[in-house]
Amino acid sequence: MAGTAVEATNLVKWFGEGDAKTFAVRDVSFDAFFGEMLYIEGPSGSGKTTLLSVISGILRPNSGRVLVEDTDIWNLTSDQIADFRLNKIGFVFQDYHLFPRLTTAENVAIPLIMKKLDWNESISMAMDYLDIVGIRDRALLPPVKLSGGEQQRVAIARAIAGRPDILIFDEPTASLDGDTGRRIVDFVKKNVLTENRCIITVTHDSRIFEYADRIMRMEDGRIIGVEKGDAREE
Amino acid sequence: MKGILKIAYKLLVNDRAKFAALLVGITFAVFLMVMMTSMFAGILHRSSSTVINIGAKVWVMDPAVNTPASSIPMPDYVLDAVRSINGVKFAVPLYSGVAQVKLRSGVYQAATVLGLDDASLYGRPALLEGNIENIYAENGFIVVRDTEYPKLENPRLGTEFELNDHRGVVVGIAQVTTGGLFGIPTLYTTYNRAIQYIPNPRYTVSYILVEPKSSDAVQFIKQQVSALGYVAFTKDEFIRKISRFYKYQTGLGINVLLMTVISFIVGLSISGQTFYTFILENLDKFGALKAIGAKGRVLISMILFQATFTALTGYGLGVGLASFIIAMAKLRLPSYAAKITYGNLVLAFIMVLVIAGISSYIGVRKVLRIEPFDIFRG
Repeated sequence: MAGTAVEATNLVKWFGEGDAKTFAVRDVSFDAFFGEMLYIEGPSGSGKTTLLSVISGILRPNSGRVLVEDTDIWNLTSDQIADFRLNKIGFVFQDYHLFPRLTTAENVAIPLIMKKLDWNESISMAMDYLDIVGIRDRALLPPVKLSGGEQQRVAIARAIAGRPDILIFDEPTASLDGDTGRRIVDFVKKNVLTENRCIITVTHDSRIFEYADRIMRMEDGRIIGVEKGDAREE
Repeated sequence: MKGILKIAYKLLVNDRAKFAALLVGITFAVFLMVMMTSMFAGILHRSSSTVINIGAKVWVMDPAVNTPASSIPMPDYVLDAVRSINGVKFAVPLYSGVAQVKLRSGVYQAATVLGLDDASLYGRPALLEGNIENIYAENGFIVVRDTEYPKLENPRLGTEFELNDHRGVVVGIAQVTTGGLFGIPTLYTTYNRAIQYIPNPRYTVSYILVEPKSSDAVQFIKQQVSALGYVAFTKDEFIRKISRFYKYQTGLGINVLLMTVISFIVGLSISGQTFYTFILENLDKFGALKAIGAKGRVLISMILFQATFTALTGYGLGVGLASFIIAMAKLRLPSYAAKITYGNLVLAFIMVLVIAGISSYIGVRKVLRIEPFDIFRG
C-alpha cells in the first residue's frame, strides 16, 4: 500500500441544536490509502454520506481533523477548499448530476474548464476520458440519451478528468441493475484505481463488496468495524 | 472564466422553452416600454412643432404661456422695447391663432394660422410649390402639406377659401419638419393679414422672435425682457417648457408613466418568474458545480451572464420590434405620433438592466444558499 491519502481524526458532526441536536458522525477516526478502494458501508442514517462530505471538504465538522496529503483541509479558507475539491477530489454523485443541456463531452470537460483550460483543449481531453470509459462514440449526445450505465460512465469520466488523487463515489450502483453495477465497479477497479489514487465509496450494495480492499462499517455515526475486502491482496 | 460563461450560455439557450419564455417576457416588456415612451416623445415633439418649424433662437412671451397654441397677446410696445435691447440683432412679431376656414365644399375646418413678420417673413417654411413673394399678393396664404393637408380638401395653387368672410387664396404649398399635435392644418400668411382676418383682442403680438447678436447676449436679453414683465426663452428652453407642461400638468405624463411602469412590471413578472424557475430546475446542477469546486463568484458570474445575455437579447428584439411596428404604422398612418429617441432607448435599457438585476438577484440568492452537501443527500 502506498502512502496515506486521507487521515481523519476524531471527527464529530451534528445537526440541529438543543433537543433537535442529532449526531451524524461520532468521534470517527480512520485512514484511507493510495491505491486502495475503501468502502464505507452501513444502513441508511448511519452517517456514511455525512462522513464522506466531511472528508471531501464539503461539510465542515464540528470537531476533529481531516488531513488530505498532509494538508488540514478545514484550516483552509473557503476559496482554498473549493480549489482543493477541484484539484484533489473527484465526485461521482448517486444521481450523477449531469447537465442535460450539455453534450456528454461538455459534461466531462467541466472540471477542466473550471481549471481555466481552453474550451477546445478541454473538449479534446474530455474525448480522451470518454475513450477511457468506453463511450467516446456518445460524446456529442446529451446525457439523457444515454442508458443508466453509460451515464454512470460519463460521471466517472467527469470525476477523473480533473486528475484527482481521491475519488468519492456515493452509492455508485444505486441506480443500476446488478450486472451493470458490477461491470461499472469492475471497470473502475481495473481502469481508474491506480497506485496514486484512492477511491472511497459509500454503498450498502453487498453485490459489489468483492471489489473492496477494505470495508468500513458504520452505525449510528460510529465505525463499528473495518474488514478486509475480498479484493485485498495479502 | 470564458469557458464557464460558455457553459452558462449553453445551459441557458439549450433549454429552449425557458429561454424562449424569458425572451418573450423581456421582448414584450421592452416593446411596450419603447412604444409607450416613443408615443409620448412623438406627442411632445409635435407639441413643439410651431417652435421647431419657425426656428427662432429666442422667443419672448407672456410668462403664463405654456404651449404655442395658448399664446397670450402682448402689446406692441413690448416689441419696440425688445428691439431696443442691446444684443438684439433683430426682433419680429409672430401671430399664432386658430380660425375656421370655410372650404369650397362649404365645410368648415379649423386651421392654425401663423402670421409672419411682413418685412422679413422670418420663420417662413420651405416652399414645395409657389413663390414666397406671392404671400404679399392679395389674400395670399401658404398651406402646409403635412398629414392634415387633406382636411383642406387638398388645395392647389389658386384654390380659394373663406376665413371670417375674407377671401383667401393659396399662393404656396410648403413643407415643415414637424407636423402639429392637434390634427388641424396650418396656414402661413403675413402678420398684418392675419390680425386683419382673424378677430383679435386689443393686443395682437403672440410671440416676439428674437435673433441675438451672439449667444453671449442671450442672458442679457432674458434679463431685460424679464424687467419688462415678460419672459424670453431660447428655442430649447421653450421646447422643454412645453414638454414639462404636457408631462406634469395634463395627466398625459402620469398616464404614460403608469403604462411604462405596468410594462416594466409585466416584463419583470414574466422574466423574473421564468428565470427563477430556470434556476430552481438547475439548482442541483449549480450545487454539483459547487461540490466539484466552483467558487461562489463563479456561480454568480454564470447567473449574471445568463440574466444579462437574456436581457440584452430581449432588449434588442424589443427595440427592433417596436421600431418595425412604428415604421410600419407611419407608412400607413402618417399622423402616427411616435418617435424613438435616445432617451427612450436609454430608459428601456435601464429598465431591462433592472429586470436582469432583480431576476439574477433572486437566482444568486438561491444558488449561494445551496449546499453541496444537499447534492450528496439527494
